[in-house]
Amino acid sequence: MRSSLRELLRYPSAVAGLAILAFLVAVSVYAVVAIPYPEAIRLWSGGEAAWPRNPRYARPEWLNWLWGGRLVRTLVVTEAQGATERELGGGVRELRYHLPFHYPYQRFPSELAVFVRADYRDQAPQLELVWAGPAGPEVHLADLSPRREDVYRLSADGELRDRLGGPPEVVLFSAPDRAGQARPGTYALQVRAFLFEPGSSVQVELVVYGEVHGLAGTDHLRRDLLLPLLWGTPIALAFGLLAAVGSSLSTLVIAAVGAWYGGWVDGLIQRVTEVNLILPGLPILIMIGTLYSRSLWVILGAVVVLGVFGGGIKTYRALFLQVRESPYVEAARAYGVGNLRMVAVYLVPRAVPVLLPQFVTLIPGFVFLEATLALLGLGDPVLPTWGKVIEDAYRAGALYVGHAYWVLEPAFLLMLSGLAFTLLGFALDRVFNPRLREL
Amino acid sequence: MVQAAVTAPRGGVRQHPAVRVLLYALARLAALFAAVVVGVYLTILVANMGGYVDQIKRAEIREQVALAVSLNEQLRRLPADVRERVAEEMVRNEERRLGLDRPFLSRSVAYLRDALLLRLGFAERMTSDTGSRLVRQIILDRLPATLLLFLSAQLLLFFTSVAAALVLSRRYGSLADRLVVALAPTSAAPAWFYGIFLILVFAAGLRWLPFGGMVDAPPPEGKLAYAASVLRHMVLPLSSLALSSIFLSVYAWRTFFLIFSSEDYVELARAKGLPDRLVERRYILRPALPTILTSFALGLIGAWTGAIVLETVFNWPGLGRALYQAVGLYDTPVIVGSTILYAYLLAVTVFALDVVYAVVDPRVRVGAGGQG
Repeated sequence: MRSSLRELLRYPSAVAGLAILAFLVAVSVYAVVAIPYPEAIRLWSGGEAAWPRNPRYARPEWLNWLWGGRLVRTLVVTEAQGATERELGGGVRELRYHLPFHYPYQRFPSELAVFVRADYRDQAPQLELVWAGPAGPEVHLADLSPRREDVYRLSADGELRDRLGGPPEVVLFSAPDRAGQARPGTYALQVRAFLFEPGSSVQVELVVYGEVHGLAGTDHLRRDLLLPLLWGTPIALAFGLLAAVGSSLSTLVIAAVGAWYGGWVDGLIQRVTEVNLILPGLPILIMIGTLYSRSLWVILGAVVVLGVFGGGIKTYRALFLQVRESPYVEAARAYGVGNLRMVAVYLVPRAVPVLLPQFVTLIPGFVFLEATLALLGLGDPVLPTWGKVIEDAYRAGALYVGHAYWVLEPAFLLMLSGLAFTLLGFALDRVFNPRLREL
Repeated sequence: MVQAAVTAPRGGVRQHPAVRVLLYALARLAALFAAVVVGVYLTILVANMGGYVDQIKRAEIREQVALAVSLNEQLRRLPADVRERVAEEMVRNEERRLGLDRPFLSRSVAYLRDALLLRLGFAERMTSDTGSRLVRQIILDRLPATLLLFLSAQLLLFFTSVAAALVLSRRYGSLADRLVVALAPTSAAPAWFYGIFLILVFAAGLRWLPFGGMVDAPPPEGKLAYAASVLRHMVLPLSSLALSSIFLSVYAWRTFFLIFSSEDYVELARAKGLPDRLVERRYILRPALPTILTSFALGLIGAWTGAIVLETVFNWPGLGRALYQAVGLYDTPVIVGSTILYAYLLAVTVFALDVVYAVVDPRVRVGAGGQG
């Protein structure tokens, strides 16, 4: 075994495959440790509510290197300045302050929103929001009577849009002389709040959504794509490995049993293999996904069951029929080895050199199968997987609109893991099948 | 496949070879038919969720009847208990019409019989492009699109890769050869995966080719323009099928040919000074023929299993997408119909291969027993 390993390391493709695998395993470990499972599920299936301050459809931040920093980054403005408080009598107080910020970009932000947090018992405060640009008149935005936690999305306010004659995030940042370009400068959100209760308070936060976010960007639900990319790794590896182990090991054992016992056992196994050949695999998986359960682990079970009597059985059977006739098996039989022990100890281990490369090259197929099912809308409903990201992107029309990062990131990881296993499998094939070695 | 599956008639009496071949063929036919029966029955069970789909349908019938009764002026005026009875009657009639009054098990056997006799019946929800509810019509509508795409892909890929592999095996170690070996692992990804890339680049980015579909909308007038439009729509799906398999299959065939060309008899033929072409044809291709045939035939049949996803991604109006829609609509007759079609095709192909094997490969001794 050790010599095989040493020999394996002589192949650059094996080293490359192992290196990629090590990287993927490291990513998996990091994902599982850094974001605990319940937290990952909460963030992923919580949708927009879990990430309110993330922009939608944001590209990854490192793209700004290519763009020379021109892409807008999200600005969160919390610092209030120039607060004045005034008693208006009758227990009513007026609070005025503004949230100034510097906007250095020539491109427009993707969205504008005001997050309000109000503290009151019965009567909500009244808010008046006014926009002040670097020059030009102030723009009245809206009058609000916020709930305790509220979000006012300027970009979704139809009334405001009509009044401004265009999307607020564009009009509010435009200069009259330069069309299609934002004017850099200092802007401010001015807040006038009327508080009706003693001890009540209100806090306002302005979010100017950008076009880039984090290492991986975001999707249509503002979710940080880094989460499914990270968490997809252990899931993909586990699914691929378990499916490959499950189907190839059981196939091996069944082939050995058939070859050893012969007779009707062998016949039965071959008939079942033929039935399995007739069964339409992917449609059955789709049916299971549609009719029964979309849980990844149920699908995994079905994949293993469908794979047990797969085509590999014939190869192994031919091999075992040869092994059965070999002298050491005869010797073992002569000193009275039982049937089960014969299969488990004398036959099965002999097929490991054939099994190992096949097993490793099977894995990418299963990893991609998960993505395939996800693309058909049969992905696991709660787990963040690479396939789900591709599906979301596909359904949201990322291919047509040109949100390339959204598709390319999970695709890159899928390809990377596929390549890792295939490279390794090819090298293993050469190590264990010397006939291929000189070719 | 054959070597493993020969079921020799036992008994010591030596029979005439023709009888033996016939017996063998019959045994194979019976075994394959049994496999089809079991496979199709299993599909029927899965597609009906072991009878659970019946409950869904029953609930739907009740809902429809309740709605119909509440919308009907005359029925609404009846006293409640009479109305109830009328509704019950309507439910029962509808259930009888769909055969839901019989237990699922007996119906599943009837389904199986109909399927085996290729009486595909009526779809429950889907309609063909012409508006027909006949499953046969739905399948026939969609089949040409699938055949066009996957048959041409399979033919193109198969002959290209075998030819390329022959060339490469002749001079292995060359730059082209090493390139193919290096690129072989890219076939780990399925066709739809490359399809997405191609759509991104050639449809979304460069706008050279259509995103999907089979023909422009509205379809162009004139046969030539129509064919040109279909061809344009075929470029991306075909390329993604090619990308996903060509390198691996060239690599596999090349290795396969190399193994054959390192046999002693090939060395001998070369030593005799036979021309390379002849050696290739007679000593390498000839013994490799059974494998080539098997792979070609099974590839032909198996090609459409990938159709479901690729057709979905490219919006290709083929059988795969119909099957996917049918699953989503619980339309069991369509699912079973396309399954039985596939099962029969596969069984016939496997049987034909068995026979062809026996003809082209003298090493397969039918009924000789004791083979491996």
